Amino acid sequence: MSLTQPVSAPAAVTIKLSVEHVSMVFERDGKSTHVLNDISLKVGDGEFVCLLGPSGCGKSTLLNAMAGFLSPTSGEIKVSGEVVRKPDPRRIFVFQERGVFPWLTVEGNIGFGLSKLPRAEREQRIAHYVKMVGLEGFERTYPQELSGGMKQRLEVARALAVNPDMLLLDEPFGALDSITRLIMRGELLRIWEAERKTIVFVTHDIDEAVQLADRVVVMSARPATIQQIVNIDIAHPRDISSPRYLELRDGIFQQIGLAHKL
Amino acid sequence: MNSLSEPRKWERFFWPIFASALLLALWHYSVVWSGTKVFPSPREVEKGMGELLRHHVLWRDIVDSLRRVAAGFGAAVLLGVPLGLTLGWYPAANQVVNPVMQVLRPISPIAWIPVAIIFFGVGDRAAMFLIFLGAFFPIVVACISGVSNVPSVFRRAGRNFGLTAPQLLAKVLLPAALPQILIGLRIALGIAWLVVVAAEMIAVDSGLGYLVIDSRNSGKRYDLVVAAILMIGVIGLVLDLAFRRLEKLRSVRWGFRFES
Amino acid sequence: MQDENTARTNLRVQLRPIAFIAALLVLWSIGVRREPSHLLPGPWGVVGGIADLVRHGLLVKYVVASLFRVTWGFVLAVVLAIPLGLTVGWNRRAEMALNPILQILRPISPLAWIPIAILWFGVGDLAAIFLIFVGCFFPLMLTAINAVQSIPAVYVNAGRNFGLSSAALVYRVLYPAVVPNLIVGLRITLGIAWLVVVAAEMIAVSSGLGFLIVDARNAGNRYDLVLAGMLIIGVIGLMLDMGMRSLEKVKSFRWGYSED
Repeated sequence: MSLTQPVSAPAAVTIKLSVEHVSMVFERDGKSTHVLNDISLKVGDGEFVCLLGPSGCGKSTLLNAMAGFLSPTSGEIKVSGEVVRKPDPRRIFVFQERGVFPWLTVEGNIGFGLSKLPRAEREQRIAHYVKMVGLEGFERTYPQELSGGMKQRLEVARALAVNPDMLLLDEPFGALDSITRLIMRGELLRIWEAERKTIVFVTHDIDEAVQLADRVVVMSARPATIQQIVNIDIAHPRDISSPRYLELRDGIFQQIGLAHKL
Repeated sequence: MNSLSEPRKWERFFWPIFASALLLALWHYSVVWSGTKVFPSPREVEKGMGELLRHHVLWRDIVDSLRRVAAGFGAAVLLGVPLGLTLGWYPAANQVVNPVMQVLRPISPIAWIPVAIIFFGVGDRAAMFLIFLGAFFPIVVACISGVSNVPSVFRRAGRNFGLTAPQLLAKVLLPAALPQILIGLRIALGIAWLVVVAAEMIAVDSGLGYLVIDSRNSGKRYDLVVAAILMIGVIGLVLDLAFRRLEKLRSVRWGFRFES
Repeated sequence: MQDENTARTNLRVQLRPIAFIAALLVLWSIGVRREPSHLLPGPWGVVGGIADLVRHGLLVKYVVASLFRVTWGFVLAVVLAIPLGLTVGWNRRAEMALNPILQILRPISPLAWIPIAILWFGVGDLAAIFLIFVGCFFPLMLTAINAVQSIPAVYVNAGRNFGLSSAALVYRVLYPAVVPNLIVGLRITLGIAWLVVVAAEMIAVSSGLGFLIVDARNAGNRYDLVLAGMLIIGVIGLMLDMGMRSLEKVKSFRWGYSED
C-alpha cells in the first residue's frame, strides 16, 4: 500500500523550497477562478519531486509561482529561506516545448546565460554540457533542424549551464513520442545523478512520476489541493516491473480514482 | 496538392515562358488588329528600350530613383524601427500614439506633396520625404506586431536567466521579432518603390517616374512609356527578390515557412 | 469599491491619447507661427477650412466622388481577381505560368499607368477607376493565390475522403477555408485603393479629395483647405479600414484567427 508522508521532507536534509499555504485566484472579466487552494509543501535539497495531476489542475500554475513568474494570491514561497518574488537564474524553468531560442545555435542557446563568464570558461562549460546531454556534433546546428527530443535535451543543457540551484520542469516530455519519452526520462535521471540539483517536475503521467521521483505529490482537480504525497522508496535504476513499483503505481491509480482495466 | 500529377522540373520553365509568349502574341495582334497608331507593339517597346539604354538616359534615371528610395527608406528604417519596437514593448505608449497613426496612415504620400514642397521645395528632398512617409508607417506597424507576437515562453525564459529590460529587448525580443520585422521592411521597400515613381511623376524632373510622364508629354512616345513601365516592374521585382534573400539567413530562417 | 477605482483608471487611460493629440496640436500651432512663409495654417485654420468646404457644399460632393471611384475600381478588381486568383492558385501549372508576369507587374505604381489610362479612357472618371482597378487587381490576385495555397492539405484530403466531387470540394472546403485570408487581403487592398484614388485625383480628374488638395494649392495657396482635405482623407480611410475589420469579426469568419 502506498504510504502517505507528513508534509515535510526526510529529516536530515536541508529544506530548499518551502511552499506555505499558497492559494491562487485568477480574476478575468469579473469572474474569479480558484486554481490553487492552501498548498503547503517542503522540498529538500537535491530531492526529485513530481507534481502529478490531471491537465488543468493548476500544477503548472504552482510551478510558475515557484519560479517567480506568478505571485501567489495568498501565502508565500521561499527558496533557501528567501521569499520568491521574481524569476531568477538560480531557479531555471524548462518549458514543455519551443522554449529554445530558434535564432541561436545549440552552442548559442547553451551559452545564453553565460555571458558574464570569461570566454575560455564559457566555451568549456558549453562543451561540457553539450557532451552531457549527448548533442556532440550538433554544436552549430539550429533548433529547427533538431528533433523534438534533441530540442528538449538542448533546453535542459541550457538550464544546467548556469548552474542553478533548482530545476523546474513543466511537462518537458509532453510533446515527445512515447519511445523518446522513455529515453529522455533515463537521460534526465542520469544527469540528475551527475549533478544533484533539486528538481520539481510537473507531469500528468503516473508512470513517469513513479519512475522518476523521490516523492510524488498527487494533486486534485481544480481548485487544486494536495491529495496525497507518496514516497517512492525504490532505488535507482528502477525496475518498472518490480512488485514494489507496481504497488506504488497502482496505489496512485486508485487514489486518483482510476480503474485497473481499460 | 490539388490538381492532377506533380509538375515535372522542366515545367517550371516551360509554363511561364509559354504564358509570356502567349501574352506577347496577344498584345502584338491586338495592336495590329486595332490599327492603333499610338499604342506600341512589343517589338516597338523593345526598340524603345534599346534606345533608352543607348542614350544612357535610362541608367541615370534608374540611379536617381534608387538613390531617392535609399534615402527615404533608410530614414524610415532608422526612425521607424526603434519607434515600432518601443511601441510594441510598451502597449500603454502604443495606445496613446495609435489614434494619431491610424488617421495619418491612410493619407496617400502623394497628398503630402503641397506640404512637402513648403518644407523642402521642389526637388529631391521633397521626393525623399514622400518616400519616407510611405515606408514609415508599414515599418512601425510591422515592428509593433513583431514584438507583441513574440511568444511569452521566450520572454519568460529571458527573465528567468536574469536579463534586465534592455538586455531582454536586445537579446530576446529583437531576434524573436526579426522575421516579422523583415517582412515589414520588405513590404515597405515595395511601397517606397511605388511612391518614388509616383513622386517623380509630379514633383521632380528625373528618375523612372519622370521618364514615364516625359516620354508621353514630349512627343507621345508610348513605346518609351511602356518600356519605362516594364523597367519599373523589373527593378521593383529585383529589389523584392534581393530582400527575400535576407530572409534565408540562418538566424532568421526559422521564422519563415519556405517551399521545400 | 473595486469598480470605482477601475472606472477612474479606465477614464484616465482613455484620456491619454486625447492628451497626446492635444499636445501635438499645441506644438503645431507654435510651429506654424514660427514658419517663415506663413502659408501653413494652424489647427483652427484647418477647422475653418472644413467649415468652408461644408458651406460651399463641396465636402460631401468631393467625398462622394472619391468614394464612388474607389467603390467601382475596387469592386471590379474583386470580381475579376478573386475568382481568377482562386482558380490559378488551385492549379499548380497555371500558377507557375502566371507568377513571373504577376511579379513583374505588381511593383509598378498604378500612377505609372496614367499615360496608358489617359490614352484609353481620356481624362476623367473612367481613367481614375481604371487606375484603382490596376492598383487592386494584382494584390488581390496574389492574395487569392496565396490563400488557396495555404489551405492545409488535411482539409482537402478529408474532403476527398468523404467523397466530395470537385465542385462540392470547391464550395464546401476551398471557399470556407480561404475566406479569412481573403478578408484580410480585401482590407489591405481597400487601403491601397484609397491611396491610389487620392493620388489619381491629383493628376487625372477634376473632382474628389485628391483634386481638392491640388486645386486648393494651385488656386491661391489655400493651405487650410489642403490640410483640411488631408485630414478628411485620413479619417475616411480609417473608417473604411474599420468597416472592413468589423467584417473580420463576423463569427462565421472568425475561425481563421486565433482567440487571445
